[in-house]
Amino acid sequence: MNEQQQSLWSFMAQQHDKLLTQTLQHIGLTFISLIIAVLVGLPLGIFISRRKKLSGTVLGVAGVLQTIPSIALLGFMIPLLGIGAKPAIVALLLYALLPIIRNTYMGITGVDASVKEAAVAMGMTKQQILLKVELPLAMPIILAGIRTATVINVGVATLASYIAAGGLGEFIFGGISLNNTNMILAGAIPAALLAIVFDFLLSRLQSLNLKKLKAATAALPVAVLLMASFYFIPSAYGGKLTAGFTPEFMGRQDGNLGLQSKYGLKIHTIVIGDAVMYKAAYEKELDVISGYSTDGRLKAYDLVVLQDNKRIFPPYYAAPIVREDALQHFPELENTLNMLSGKINDSVMTELNYRTDYLHQTPGRVAKDFLVAKNLWRPERNGHAGTVRIGSKIFGEQYILANMYSMLIKGYTDYEVATKTGLGGTKICFDALTNNQIDLYPEYTGTGLLAIIQPDKKTVDSLSVDKDKTYSYVKNVFTKYYHIKWLQPIGFNNAYALMMRKKQASQLNVKTISDLKRYLDSK
Amino acid sequence: MIKVEQLTKVFNSVKAVDDISFEVKEGENLVLLGTSGCGKTTTLKMLNRLIEPTSGQIFINGKNIQQQPPEELRRGIGYVLQNNGLFPHYTVAENIAVVPQLLKWGKAKIDNRVNELMEKLHLPVGYLNKYPHQLSGGQQQRVGLARALVADPPVLLMDEPFGALDNVTRSKIHEEFKSLDELKRKTIILVTHDVQEAFELGDRICLMDKGKIIQEGTPAELLFNPVNDFVKEFLKHQRLQLELKLAPQLPKGGTPEANVWEGLEQLKFDGSKNSQAKFEQLMAAFYNYKKAQPHE
Ligand SMILES: Nc1ncnc2c1ncn2[C@@H]1O[C@H](COP(=O)(O)OP(=O)(O)OP(=O)(O)O)[C@@H](O)[C@H]1O
Ligand SMILES: [Mg+2]
Repeated sequence: MNEQQQSLWSFMAQQHDKLLTQTLQHIGLTFISLIIAVLVGLPLGIFISRRKKLSGTVLGVAGVLQTIPSIALLGFMIPLLGIGAKPAIVALLLYALLPIIRNTYMGITGVDASVKEAAVAMGMTKQQILLKVELPLAMPIILAGIRTATVINVGVATLASYIAAGGLGEFIFGGISLNNTNMILAGAIPAALLAIVFDFLLSRLQSLNLKKLKAATAALPVAVLLMASFYFIPSAYGGKLTAGFTPEFMGRQDGNLGLQSKYGLKIHTIVIGDAVMYKAAYEKELDVISGYSTDGRLKAYDLVVLQDNKRIFPPYYAAPIVREDALQHFPELENTLNMLSGKINDSVMTELNYRTDYLHQTPGRVAKDFLVAKNLWRPERNGHAGTVRIGSKIFGEQYILANMYSMLIKGYTDYEVATKTGLGGTKICFDALTNNQIDLYPEYTGTGLLAIIQPDKKTVDSLSVDKDKTYSYVKNVFTKYYHIKWLQPIGFNNAYALMMRKKQASQLNVKTISDLKRYLDSK
Repeated sequence: MIKVEQLTKVFNSVKAVDDISFEVKEGENLVLLGTSGCGKTTTLKMLNRLIEPTSGQIFINGKNIQQQPPEELRRGIGYVLQNNGLFPHYTVAENIAVVPQLLKWGKAKIDNRVNELMEKLHLPVGYLNKYPHQLSGGQQQRVGLARALVADPPVLLMDEPFGALDNVTRSKIHEEFKSLDELKRKTIILVTHDVQEAFELGDRICLMDKGKIIQEGTPAELLFNPVNDFVKEFLKHQRLQLELKLAPQLPKGGTPEANVWEGLEQLKFDGSKNSQAKFEQLMAAFYNYKKAQPHE
């Protein structure tokens, strides 16, 4: 039932042109930002070695920059620099800065004072001392800094795919979302190899003796420039409208593939992370995005869902899925979880999501307010009858649901609750469940069908339009193969949807996906 | 040639050098002698502006050094650092060639000059492409000396140039040093805390203590005409040896270099029958020398 039992090798061979593009982009991104980081960091390091009083401040700021989580940093960049190459390079540059500044500073201040004094006594000018004595002697340490920065950059560059800057992250994150191990490995292995190879090459350079180092240091900029030139802005801009799709959406039958085959939609498309996609649409960096129909940001950023008039997006009704042995072990669990069944429809969920995603209320508060309003909330019983482990994927809606379940279990049973929220994507959550790391998490029928079961095309076609058929199909398969039970649906349908800015959609008179195609095809 | 007037250097309220004045004539060797921490290095560094004085003035060739660009001043002064300060990333040849490179000499001229100095300083040619850490301490000091001499500067400042050597090697080097033609024409200020070295190499000696010059004069003046008990005390332990070294074997004429100490040293290895007579001859010369000194 897993149609992608193909080997990693054949996947790579099949996708070799994409793989090559992504690898080159990855190397390019790494080295463009590295060059700029050296151009900025080296003089800055030299400067603070002259004004030691400033060194604390400069190194402190560079250090703080490095502690900002990568995704957050990329997110900050969008309002300033938009999406694509620019913000990715700037973010990478900021991460690479600290090791370069710090090692330059350490290298130069570490030069033996009597050697420096000799240089002065010989009648060298400040500049001659820097170029002939300090920099050459500091070079091994500076190179070590550049080496660290390179390895950091290779790693962080995988995240560039979140903001449509390409790189091997497209495969990695696409693979995680699509539960496609081959795709993950096709991205992760080359990325790891790049890190190892660059680290090795630079370590060789570092261990060269001083004489050879002179020649090598001259050759280095050339090599780095060459590698930087590998980067070209992913699929050149242009076209009437630009679509930004998540890596997951790109690879799915009920995503971009379906858009192409069933609607014949041809739109200039870039790959972008979910976390920044809505904002990028709002900032007019993108015109069409792939979103979720209950996403709070739909409301926050004034977007509209285009009608799926050919019904390619299957229903995504949410329901808790639970390990069967957990249901036996916690007899009261099933009824408690089912208390939420039928209580939340699309617009309620969008509203709840809006409150967390846009108003930044905590999922816990949103969950409690809702339960109180529905008269479901009860104070904790503080029992000690075993611990139920609840998981959730890494977005707001899942956090809210996990919180609601936690409150219900604590209020209505004597079980304790451990929550493991923020488990990357479907694959991570599902693996955690099958490997007995968690007992339950909220899942969607469509995801269960297409990302986990992955049946053949015929089965999909026969099911995907009908929400009840889909539900009973996934319920049966999960029970049979995974010993996991789908409880009753919560009520809302968080399906894939194409979205546009409300204003633009009405200007262009686009209400359905077919309208969009008509507009794109018109000259 | 070099004139120092009321020079003072204060480091955070500590007077490292305290109001000293002295003069060095062209071609003369002046030794700054004193115990550790008395301000010798500080004095020397002020002469090529590695340290700026708190007050006082220095003239070299009649020019106030404050009025020259420091780089230009330094390229005209050879400087041998206390702990040699060779560039670890340069070969021996490159280390010696630093100043010529700065002065933009041609390659052939540099190579010739480097080879010439290697030979004069008894450094094997095979060392040209070695790095300083591959050399012994004494060899490193020779390279340091070669580096200071390479551009043939009229003034040479040397800070304990033979510090890293054992006594035997050191007295051998002293001989070489005295016979090195490169040094004959130079005005040299040499710093040492070794009394023997000061007496062997200095035309005149400044004995320093706690930043002040206690006495300035020829070796004989210090030995036979000490200004105070400090000077007397300072020389006391090696007094006999110093006197033997100062006393010439012959009253006047003859080989001017030969002193009684040397005569005695040669005598040891002689062992022949006339050594008795020779010994008495040397003693007589010593007696006459001492008698000729005032106040002793
Ligand atoms: N950069 C400095 N800052 C503060 N004090 C200093 C500095 N350089 C030297 N001194 C002090 O000045 C005094 C003289 O130092 P200097 O190096 O001139 O001594 P020296 O005669 O060369 O001694 P040595 O024979 O040990 O080399 C010492 O007390 C030393 O601690
Ligand atoms: Mg000293």
